[in-house]
Amino acid sequence: MAYSSILDWISFSDIMSNPWYPFAGDYNLPFDISYKLWEIIGGGLAWLINLILPGNPVSTWLISDGVCVGGGLIIFMIVIFLVVFIGTLLSLWEERKVLGRVMDRRGTMIGMKGFLQCVADGVKTFMKENTIPKKVDMMTYMWTVSLVVGVSVLIACMIPLSDRWFVVNYDTGLLIIMAFFALAPFFILVSGWAQNNKYSLIGGMRAAELMISYEVPMLIMIGTASLLAGTLNIGDIVAAQRDIWYIIPMFIGFITFLFCATAEAERVPFDIAEAEAELVEGWQTEYAGMKWGLIMLADYFRGYVSCAMVTILFLGGWNIPFVSDSVNNFLPEIVFLLKTWFVFFLMIMIRGALARVRTDQIVNIGWKVFMPLSVINFVIVLLLKVGGIY
Amino acid sequence: MARDLMDIRAETDELTTDKMWVIMGPQHPFSHGLWTLKVELDGELVTDAEPIVGYLHRGWEKECENRSYAKIVPMADRLCYAASMTYSHLYCMTVEKALGLEVPEKAQYIRVVADEICRISSHLMWLAAVGTDLGNLTVFLWCMREREYWMDLFVRLCGARMTTNYPRIGGVRNDITELFDRDVDRCVQHFEKALWDIIALIDDSSIFLSRMKGTGILTCEQCVNLGITGPAMRGNGVDFDIRRDDPYEAYDKIDFEVPVLNDGDSYSRYMVRVEELFQSCKIITRAMQKIRAIGKNAPYRYKAPTNVPAGTAMCRLEDPRGESLMYLVADGSGKPYRLKVRSPIFTNVSASKPLVVGSRIADVPVIMAMIDMCLGETDR
Repeated sequence: MAYSSILDWISFSDIMSNPWYPFAGDYNLPFDISYKLWEIIGGGLAWLINLILPGNPVSTWLISDGVCVGGGLIIFMIVIFLVVFIGTLLSLWEERKVLGRVMDRRGTMIGMKGFLQCVADGVKTFMKENTIPKKVDMMTYMWTVSLVVGVSVLIACMIPLSDRWFVVNYDTGLLIIMAFFALAPFFILVSGWAQNNKYSLIGGMRAAELMISYEVPMLIMIGTASLLAGTLNIGDIVAAQRDIWYIIPMFIGFITFLFCATAEAERVPFDIAEAEAELVEGWQTEYAGMKWGLIMLADYFRGYVSCAMVTILFLGGWNIPFVSDSVNNFLPEIVFLLKTWFVFFLMIMIRGALARVRTDQIVNIGWKVFMPLSVINFVIVLLLKVGGIY
Repeated sequence: MARDLMDIRAETDELTTDKMWVIMGPQHPFSHGLWTLKVELDGELVTDAEPIVGYLHRGWEKECENRSYAKIVPMADRLCYAASMTYSHLYCMTVEKALGLEVPEKAQYIRVVADEICRISSHLMWLAAVGTDLGNLTVFLWCMREREYWMDLFVRLCGARMTTNYPRIGGVRNDITELFDRDVDRCVQHFEKALWDIIALIDDSSIFLSRMKGTGILTCEQCVNLGITGPAMRGNGVDFDIRRDDPYEAYDKIDFEVPVLNDGDSYSRYMVRVEELFQSCKIITRAMQKIRAIGKNAPYRYKAPTNVPAGTAMCRLEDPRGESLMYLVADGSGKPYRLKVRSPIFTNVSASKPLVVGSRIADVPVIMAMIDMCLGETDR
């Protein structure tokens, strides 16, 4: 038996020709990276096993097409999550620094211009005692927080960063994201009830009250944008904004959607579900330690998703207008993240300047301001469509 | 609008849910200090309320009976950490009245200046608290930043920031320093500009206004009957200010206006306090001119005897929060027989039921912020 080099076991094959390739004809960059990573790991393993037991079937199985795709998918998940996670932590850091400057202070100062504060917070909440009140409904109490966090992470990972950086590329991608986005308030409502605390109960009810006020105008706006693009596929909506972003025909929609997205992310001025002035911490009152830390992280994931939705629908996604395709396709992921952080910057300025609205006022704003504005926006788009401009 | 909804519910008897008592406090973000407000909620509407104070009771009045007169001055500082100057001033005034002692003219003006600086820093802390109660931290930090300048002025004047221990029976502890003389005008000029930033942040925003306008409404009669004093009273259309109507020290020789608004809601109470900030600046500038005219070598303190002759004395002044009063019963010895304090907040907080009933729970922090709670003086 001749000695086989490790290089014989690692063949950087073309992923598109792999019969198990899960993305049906679309090139996927993170999957490509993770597939190659798996080829190195799996090929190395196969080579090691083959050294010990020459000619065994496990080695050939490890480098077969199906196993390579399976292993690649596991690494793919980690890669996608890590990028979103770091992007979210950066937006958290951005909020701390920018809000600090708005308030005439420095913001966090621990390591790397204050970025390490996120890590310190994570360590701190992780090491805190896990206190659970006696009379909570244990199963609901534990599961709702997992669901809130899980749903938030899920939608954050489902946001495509570019043509080549996506998890799903369905024709109804926008609807799926919005459907999962709207799930969290239900879990918050249930969680508020399960905690056996009056503040949590009021906070949970407020989350429901908040949802009925912004969800309808928001969906009208999404419908309007997809009407303009003629599709619900996120990639196609972005491709339709190659040179003229939808903020130009739908400026009213942009402003309205920005505020709806702020409400969706439960940020000031619409953070009535956790209004700390009167409700201590709202629906999160009874969560301690790492559970609370995860909820806060989930809040920022939702903030990231809200900003990403604004970017996709109104700011041209990963496109730079009026440049050649080669420039446009150079680093679209970075362009997308920069735009998302810019939208988040707007949200931070809103937070720095405004006060929290009351519950009856948010319903008033939702149905008497946002709703007519979204309908006006819809009519404008309809006229543009009928007039043949779009 | 909230009241209308309550009427509808009461008439139709539909939509009624079980009422529940929510106990806000003693450790709650809205209670700036240790006190409890029990509110009965019907959904989000407040249908009943009951304030509970006394967590910070430390027997102040009784402790005073075992101390000599001079030793009570620093204790009077501790009545309210935000208005320490006015309380020690009030105590000194009461004892001087019992002694029949006249204070040098210069000390009178210095006391006026110190009181007004105290009023400004206290009002700024109140404005900061209003910001957090409305969910905006920018207002909080901007106000605290401006307050630092006035705290620094206190340091120039007497060396301390908060519990100043500055007035003395018979005058003030020391003359104004050169640094204070130099910085006070600069501070006033800076503040009159900087305050407009904060006002612009609040008054130009319809969210701030909609949270404050039309909430916590009291009529003029209600306000008088409940014994509310201070800016909360002047926001309800009662035109009364002890500095003008029952002047003490040198206030009758200084020109200033007393802001009065008639709306009787949280916003008018806010406006009255903000206008008082500007008026205090004017008073400081004018009083400083008088102090400079009096000259450097004028006396600022007369010797006061240790023992106070038997008798009683009552004195009141306009605290940043309302009318504070001290009543002294002296028995001729070196210690007071009895020293009674009337704190404005103790009376004002008793009005919390008529203030918050009918509003929503989200408005409770804002309405109570307009009272400007300080528990040190309430519980004593």
